[in-house]
Amino acid sequence: MARDWRDLFIVEGAGSATSESAAEDGGGQERRMGRFRRLRESLRKTRQALSTEIQATLFEDLSDETWERLEEALIYADVGAATTARVVAQLEQEAAEEKLSGGQALSDRLVELLTEIARVGDDRIDLRAEPTVILVAGVNGTGKTTTLGKLAWYLSKELNRKVVLAAGDTFRAAAVEQLEVWAQRAEVGFIKGGLGADSASVAYDAIATARREGADVVLIDTAGRLHTQDNLMAELIKVRRVITKQIPEAPHETLLTVDATTGQNGLRQAQQFSEAIDVSGLVLTKLDGTAKGGIALAIAHELKIPVKLIGVGEQLEDLRPFDAADFARALVS
Amino acid sequence: MFDSLAERLQATLDDVRGRGTLTEADINSAMREIRLALLEADVNFKVVKNFTNAVKERALGADIVGQLNPGQQVVKIVSDELTALMGGESQELVFSPRPPTIVLMAGLQGSGKTTATGKLARYLRENGSSVAVAACDVYRPAAVDQLIKVGAQAGVDVYEQGTDAKPVAIAKWAADRAKAEGKDVLIVDTSGRLHVDSELMAELADIKKAINPTDILLVVDAMTGQDAVNVAEQFGAVVDFDGVVMSKLDGDARGGAALSVKAITGKPILFASTGEKLDQFERFHPDRMAQRILGMGDVMTLIEKAESQYDERQAAEIERKLRKQEFGLDDFLDQMRQIRRLGPLQSLLGMIPGVGKELKGVKLDEREFDRLQAIILSMTPQERRHPELIKGSQRLRIARGSGTNVQAVKQLIKQFEQMRKVMRSVSQGKMPDLGALMRNAR
Repeated sequence: MARDWRDLFIVEGAGSATSESAAEDGGGQERRMGRFRRLRESLRKTRQALSTEIQATLFEDLSDETWERLEEALIYADVGAATTARVVAQLEQEAAEEKLSGGQALSDRLVELLTEIARVGDDRIDLRAEPTVILVAGVNGTGKTTTLGKLAWYLSKELNRKVVLAAGDTFRAAAVEQLEVWAQRAEVGFIKGGLGADSASVAYDAIATARREGADVVLIDTAGRLHTQDNLMAELIKVRRVITKQIPEAPHETLLTVDATTGQNGLRQAQQFSEAIDVSGLVLTKLDGTAKGGIALAIAHELKIPVKLIGVGEQLEDLRPFDAADFARALVS
Repeated sequence: MFDSLAERLQATLDDVRGRGTLTEADINSAMREIRLALLEADVNFKVVKNFTNAVKERALGADIVGQLNPGQQVVKIVSDELTALMGGESQELVFSPRPPTIVLMAGLQGSGKTTATGKLARYLRENGSSVAVAACDVYRPAAVDQLIKVGAQAGVDVYEQGTDAKPVAIAKWAADRAKAEGKDVLIVDTSGRLHVDSELMAELADIKKAINPTDILLVVDAMTGQDAVNVAEQFGAVVDFDGVVMSKLDGDARGGAALSVKAITGKPILFASTGEKLDQFERFHPDRMAQRILGMGDVMTLIEKAESQYDERQAAEIERKLRKQEFGLDDFLDQMRQIRRLGPLQSLLGMIPGVGKELKGVKLDEREFDRLQAIILSMTPQERRHPELIKGSQRLRIARGSGTNVQAVKQLIKQFEQMRKVMRSVSQGKMPDLGALMRNAR
């Protein structure tokens, strides 16, 4: 079963939320299934591509060629050489010890291994702090603004949280306008500076406003930047510092958006951003194409950063909590 | 995280040096390194397979006997093959004989189309064309606003009808307007679309039909992984694009996507987008990309830089002085200044293949140069010509004058003597062992 939004967030009085969900009527269940189907549908192409690779080769006997093809399939999914080598070596060893026999057992074990790798750290988002400050950063074009817009919409419309959205991307032309459109759709508070304004000051204003008005969540957008641009990374560190100065525990969540089409450079991105602003989770965006998003596995494996959210389309409901087991299954079944 | 492929190959084949020939096992282990490096650079695995096969064939057939360094030999084969695969020469945008030339931009969401549109517009305007851009991305919030701003920065006209009109209609209207207003070039920005989104892909085909563009450019993010080939093939099938713009090449991605797209679709990469600012946009050089993927350092850029700074007359003069043993500290200072004009020393070193291995982790202190300069400038002209004649009292005066100490002055003179010896032997046609020299210098 795909993880639902209620599993993603840690909220005050979590006990009652659980009982509520236990007593949930059929309509809710149906909606849940609808979302699940949607995810599966979105990941269908990924699955098809990979399953032809694997099932064409992994039947019956496990030969040298099996491992080679399995390796290729994982590489093709952008899982990366190091993580692929680990997975294949593990399976190869288990097969040698005769713990695995036949293609099906191998497929099952593969899913299990991939799930283990994907499931690192705490993949939930704690909303109990008031206000909870969520900072979003990432390389240009990875979907920060869209992710924030959808998150604002969900927190406001579905969870009834009072949200302040901060337009910290003061660099890209019209980024502020783009986020403002989202703020209107989600009917949440909106804080902006002028084009070229200091994004740290926008973050400062947003938190001050949230505290004054008693908002529950502050979502802070930042300009896209390459992890190699030292001056822009320094600016990001400053944004984080300004936030921490106002609320010592904040930002409570620091999300990095990673485009699912990204190759091995995603590892560098995660590493550099993590060093700068201590990333607590990934948002794996654009999983609705044919890209496999395997770079998230490499990041989880090497840097122990969990994926928390995935983006599977343009629609509002296409931002979804990440489910490691479902993701691994979707990759290979 | 990853060493360059060139270094890895050297290391793998280092022990072969003494034997002089490559066995099939040597070559196989070299191929494994090549395969890994290319995969880490995000080159498509099918392309990698074909590539390693081609290299292997050449390496097996190559006459390695008598070569000093089989590692270098294989590196050269890889480099040659990679450059050939990238397409050799850089290519140009095609202009219509009857203006306006219409350029249609397409690509995935977030690949950088709108920015690339602005950059291309600026680039063409700088080259003397009158340019307009058309805003056909009516889906992403504020995309039209973004193009209006980017267009203004680029100093070109922006044709837009807000977000209520249909993209096909806007494109047609913009094409007519560009013709009526006598523009040389119209660049049509479109919304980002997934290659599997049949509805939006059909729309792109409709736009193409409506305006009959001279060039269709696919914008591809340099950081794209294995999926780059799927994207390029799908866009190719629907609109048969003419060339590629690689975006975000200013990061540290190896850019294997560029190689994959070229190898699989055969479409050339025309432009590279190398920064946030509108003027960070240039023609794409396939050979340099090959070097980048190999991690061999950007030799061409270094050569070009050196060439643009190089003064032939001066060089001839230095050669003459070396022959006549008149090369003094003044000439040395001149040389150093010339090298410094090329850029920060650290980045220069990074561009030299092989040097990375020797000097990895060595931080060059630019202030060291200032110190040397101060010492030299504290000498009399006679002392600069004949530093070997400098005595104790002179050393003390020079040290005081330059704010250093006698030790530093002594060291400079000693190093200069050594260098002069080396340069003399070079000018006499004897090549010194550079690696040993560098180790000594440390």
